[in-house]
Amino acid sequence: MSPKTTVSVTLNLSFIKTQISSAPRYSLKNNFSDSVSLSQSHSHKLSSAFPIDLSEIKKRMSQVAVEAPPKGGFSFDLCRRNGMLSKKGVPPPSYRKTGTTIVGLIFQDGVILGADTRATEGPIVCDKNCEKIHYMAPNIYCCGAGTAADTEAVTDMVSSQLQLHRYHTGRESRVVTALTLLKSHLFKYQGHVQAALVLGGVDANGPHLHTIYPHGSTDTLPFATMGSGSLAAMSVFESKYREGLTKEEGIKLVCEAICSGIFNDLGSGSNVDVCVITKGQKEYLRNHQLPNPRTYVSSKGFSFPRKTEVLLTRITPLKEMVEVIEGGDTMEE
Amino acid sequence: MDLGKVNLDAPHSMGTTIIGVTYNGGVVLGADSRTSTGVYVANRASDKITQLTDNVFVCRSGSAADSQIVSDYVRYFLHQHTIQLGQPATVKVAANLVRLLAYNNKNMLQTGMIVGGWDKYEGGKIYGVPLGGTIIEQPFSIGGSGSSYLYGFFDQAWKEGMTKDEAEQLVVKAVSLAIARDGASGGVVRTVIINSEGVTRNFYPGDKLPLWHEELEPHNSLLDILNSTSPEPMNI
Repeated sequence: MSPKTTVSVTLNLSFIKTQISSAPRYSLKNNFSDSVSLSQSHSHKLSSAFPIDLSEIKKRMSQVAVEAPPKGGFSFDLCRRNGMLSKKGVPPPSYRKTGTTIVGLIFQDGVILGADTRATEGPIVCDKNCEKIHYMAPNIYCCGAGTAADTEAVTDMVSSQLQLHRYHTGRESRVVTALTLLKSHLFKYQGHVQAALVLGGVDANGPHLHTIYPHGSTDTLPFATMGSGSLAAMSVFESKYREGLTKEEGIKLVCEAICSGIFNDLGSGSNVDVCVITKGQKEYLRNHQLPNPRTYVSSKGFSFPRKTEVLLTRITPLKEMVEVIEGGDTMEE
Repeated sequence: MDLGKVNLDAPHSMGTTIIGVTYNGGVVLGADSRTSTGVYVANRASDKITQLTDNVFVCRSGSAADSQIVSDYVRYFLHQHTIQLGQPATVKVAANLVRLLAYNNKNMLQTGMIVGGWDKYEGGKIYGVPLGGTIIEQPFSIGGSGSSYLYGFFDQAWKEGMTKDEAEQLVVKAVSLAIARDGASGGVVRTVIINSEGVTRNFYPGDKLPLWHEELEPHNSLLDILNSTSPEPMNI
């Protein structure tokens, strides 16, 4: 084993141990006492480093609550309640989804990611120009489809984990690191975190493009589409993609695929965002294409004659104004 | 099947046909390449044969997320085990690690796997670990939704002591038969041959696979069908 691989093994241990020591209900049980003696000693070290004493919390919780949860970690009780409510006919509150068409492709120098910009709440467009291409690292970007809150939260979380990892290692982040962090988080929540992602970046091992599904499975592909408009975009890719595209051809193909999603899918619309990542450089082309401009803009402008009349003005200060005298009790060396 | 509404939030499952076959000197693992979400093919060229160590591979079927997580955990444990043992892990140990995870988490996992490899103590070995977490050592093993169509074929076509090429041809033929009949299997056929010399990965794209009764050759124009020869009958 080369030194490089042993370093990466111990680092991965610390990431995995932070998940296993919090004992989520859906972690896989492993009873390999001899083979993981190494890792167990690691986990003891980590748990003693935690400022929070888990046993204390459990004691307090069992005194206060009538029914304490059996172990730590994510509790799926509310998911059961939601299921029961929807069976009784109570409609679930509509949340903001990004209907979406997101795509990615690998071209000769790197990766190009593309996304539309429509965010929907049920049948209403709540944001006509949202940003679906999220920053993960200077050399890695991630497009997100599904529930907007989930994609934002999960990409922000992994982006900060990657930054800590960069400080720890002193090296540029790798796409597989981001991939593993995302997929383990999504698997832990068994598909309830509804984020479907297209992750792309260029690192020391070259350009990479991955798709990540809400249940935690991943695929590595030369071109990928996700979201409600993925079928429309995939049809464009399947007919026009080939290996070794130049940057202009790649951007053009990505725009075509996103436009195909925008015009043929109800959940996607508005503008096209593109992000081009190459070795050592990235270009975030926000609103690269605007195929849906506002057609009828009144040239006269708008005037609102009847304004609200002001009848009385009274100002009440809530606190006494204190005057600070300069050079009073200042600390002097 | 409701073709009107494609549910893209459905869990990623691998319809699959996976096969593992021992031969005189090693093993041949084979799989199709289709990953589906509901009725949409999410990945038509996926690699279902995952490496666990230099000499042990696993064919994955069932839920894509579950099988990926299990193989990631087993790869990690096997790596530790190899460091602690000081020599390459045996196929039996790899298969048992897969079995322990599958059995102890049987309520939460939905994945069937075939572990195959070569080690210096036992030679080429195939272990099937289906749903539920049984482990069974077999001279050949089939799994996945497409395997239903292959039980009779293997009863008739498999024999002891095949050569490497015979075994690989058998695997390719079997996977292409299953692809022809199972809607959830398709794409390309990938094979991995593991023996004392090492590992060889092969790839058979759709147009290189044999055609079966009433299957048409891919054509650019319907007029070409008139000029093409009729497909060859199946050779036993």
